[in-house]
Amino acid sequence: MKLNGESPKIGVYICECGINISATVNVEKVVEYARTLPNVTVSRYYKYMCSDPGQALIKKDIKELGVDRVVVASCSPRMHEPTFRAVLEDAGLNPYCFEMANIREHCSWAHAHEKEKATEKAKDLVRMAVAKAKLLRPLEKKEVPVIRTALVIGGGISGIQAALEVANKGIKTYLVERSPSIGGRMAQLDKTFPTLDCSACILTPKMVDVARHPDIELLTYSIVEKVDGYIGNFKVTVRKKARYVDIDKCVGCGRCAEACRLKGRVDDEFNENLGKRSAIYVPFPQAVPLKYTIDPNKCIYLKTGKCGEFPPCKKACEANAINHEQKDEVVELDVGTIIVATGYDLFDPTEKPEYGYGKSNRVITGLEFERLVSSSGPTGGHIEIDGKEPKKVVFIQCVGSRDRKGNEYCSRVCCMYTAKHAHLVREKVRGAELTVYYTDVRAFGKGFEEFYNRVKDEGISYMRRELDDPIEVVEKDGKVVVKADGHPDIEADLVVLATAIIQRKDIGGLAKVLRISQGADRFFLEVHPKLRPMDTATRGIFLAGCCQGPKDIPDTVAQASGAAARAAIPILHGKIDLDPQTSEVIDKNCDGCAYCIDPCPYKALTLIEYMRDGAIKKTVEANEALCQGCGVCQATCPKQGIIVRGFTLEQISAMVQALLGVT
Amino acid sequence: MSDDFEPLIVTFCCNWCSYAGADLAGTSRVQYPPNIRIIRVMCSGMVHPNLVIDALMKGADGVLICGCHPGDCHYLEGNLTAEKRAEAIRLMLEDLGIETERFRLEWVSASEGQRFGKVVKDMVEQIKTLGPSPYRTQRMTQ
Repeated sequence: MKLNGESPKIGVYICECGINISATVNVEKVVEYARTLPNVTVSRYYKYMCSDPGQALIKKDIKELGVDRVVVASCSPRMHEPTFRAVLEDAGLNPYCFEMANIREHCSWAHAHEKEKATEKAKDLVRMAVAKAKLLRPLEKKEVPVIRTALVIGGGISGIQAALEVANKGIKTYLVERSPSIGGRMAQLDKTFPTLDCSACILTPKMVDVARHPDIELLTYSIVEKVDGYIGNFKVTVRKKARYVDIDKCVGCGRCAEACRLKGRVDDEFNENLGKRSAIYVPFPQAVPLKYTIDPNKCIYLKTGKCGEFPPCKKACEANAINHEQKDEVVELDVGTIIVATGYDLFDPTEKPEYGYGKSNRVITGLEFERLVSSSGPTGGHIEIDGKEPKKVVFIQCVGSRDRKGNEYCSRVCCMYTAKHAHLVREKVRGAELTVYYTDVRAFGKGFEEFYNRVKDEGISYMRRELDDPIEVVEKDGKVVVKADGHPDIEADLVVLATAIIQRKDIGGLAKVLRISQGADRFFLEVHPKLRPMDTATRGIFLAGCCQGPKDIPDTVAQASGAAARAAIPILHGKIDLDPQTSEVIDKNCDGCAYCIDPCPYKALTLIEYMRDGAIKKTVEANEALCQGCGVCQATCPKQGIIVRGFTLEQISAMVQALLGVT
Repeated sequence: MSDDFEPLIVTFCCNWCSYAGADLAGTSRVQYPPNIRIIRVMCSGMVHPNLVIDALMKGADGVLICGCHPGDCHYLEGNLTAEKRAEAIRLMLEDLGIETERFRLEWVSASEGQRFGKVVKDMVEQIKTLGPSPYRTQRMTQ
């Protein structure tokens, strides 16, 4: 590879991006201008620089004209920097001898009506990129091996799907779930729209597949506490909470729960607190693993040190599995990649008191309705309130979704599950009067519109209201009255609220541990909403399911399979390139003052001493694997003793100087 | 101050939040004044105080640093380091007799395209009120 160190030959390529750039920026003028800049050997424009013929132009100039630094002025480097780096590499040039000027997102699109000023701005941006390009040095990628294991956090349908798909590629996979069983929200559902498949019938076989899979290690009732390291080499600390039951001995017979003195007295969260359980419990009969857990906040023995003369659960357990002295266990897992599949919470409707939730037991959420209608639920699937079948049922959509003052997004599943709920009441309660208050029915998925039409034809009355129109649910004579603006009042026996899907309320801790970002809606942020929907900005960490945004089951499963494929790539490849744009100590400038050491967020810097010319020389040493290239060190150093390759102070400064025209 | 004064504002955007926020502003066709020139840095904490001082001493009318909101920094707390440094930068500017309003540190997330446009608009308006930098004659490009 030839490199003209002191006098580089720079090629400048301006993209028209169809007319996205050229409709605003006078591309020809920018090309002409670029030719006048120092060290620019060639300057061209093309309709689409990212296309094959566009790339070929660059390659040809590298080969024929000896271009050794490339500047492309086009879209955001967040979009196509990797594309053009690969072009350089193909042509035998170091991929880091490349700089991009963003004249689309930051120029033509933002100043669509100011053509002259946009053209001047594009010239400036090109001049700045050329100034930096002149100082770019080739960088060598460092290869590190990737550990052949993956971690999936969350054991709902997305985590289950992701774990199975990774493990089916022959990769050892840890599946960590914080509750005592996998299954997640889907296990709580009765039927699934639009096909009305029984949720348990399609989910539980997958749960069993997880338990039986030779390459999946299941860690239930466990929490991810700490994640260190980087892609290929994550070190994950997991706390396996004490179940107070030895899961190797427990056979899941349930005699302990029968014997528990709190039997039928503890709120059952799996049934959305509509039913009761014991202090020792399995969340639901098909739980995986089918092992009992003692609820430490409820168990009399754990709280007081005494439960009768001898704990009845312990007495009932023939397998001798109960151990009230059990302690949490902390394990460390080494994994190459991580999939986050932590699911969602539901909007708390007490935040909107007008819906009357919490004031009357006749106002319930959609998920509570699922438990009420499920044959494994507290009423055995018989829809009843206070022991009586409700004859008039009102469903209200968009509770906490599509709210400009709250969650602005649409939760995507409520329209269809409400249609399903209405259908289930129609099926089970003879002669019921059913009303759905909706704003827009969003039936966008495969088979959704057909299902919605079917339900409407079953004599369910769909009443349209605007999102901002007042609606109120009040208790009256043992019933609930729904007063919707512009509609006659309805005296109902039951009101079902379609509450919004929201990010897990307590997700902040995990977000911090994983160092992944959340959007304004609090859902985890993908790198690119269209092209990289499963990747986070932290390399090696991927997203699946509702933790990234509301989704139905088909979309969740599709995304989980995609995330599994993404997470498997570095593992199957066996090695990963580390970004060489990390910090480098310039020993001759560094006097070992150590100002940079404390601010480093990754503890990647250490002060060392060595003998030089018969005297002790202090200097700083940078750990390349730990360094992420943030450059806090570079900005702290008073002497340019530490730099970030590709973003050196000299290079950034050259851009400023080029802009201001000082040399 | 002439009415047709068009400020030139050197803008540093962190790669993860603010640069992406500026991208989103463009993608969403948010229109804002073309007076800024964005330099991509990996983190707002990467911007050396000397870069800010130097830019203002060499005739930039303003310097804007945009980073992730506190708590959202891709590098955990680089933005907080930037915030601490901003205090020091303002003190230096005072010493040099440069209006501290010519320098701003703002938080813009990757999803705040609208906000990015507003931040730029506000800053351009403020600099227009302040007038050209006293060091503008240092500049070769106008």
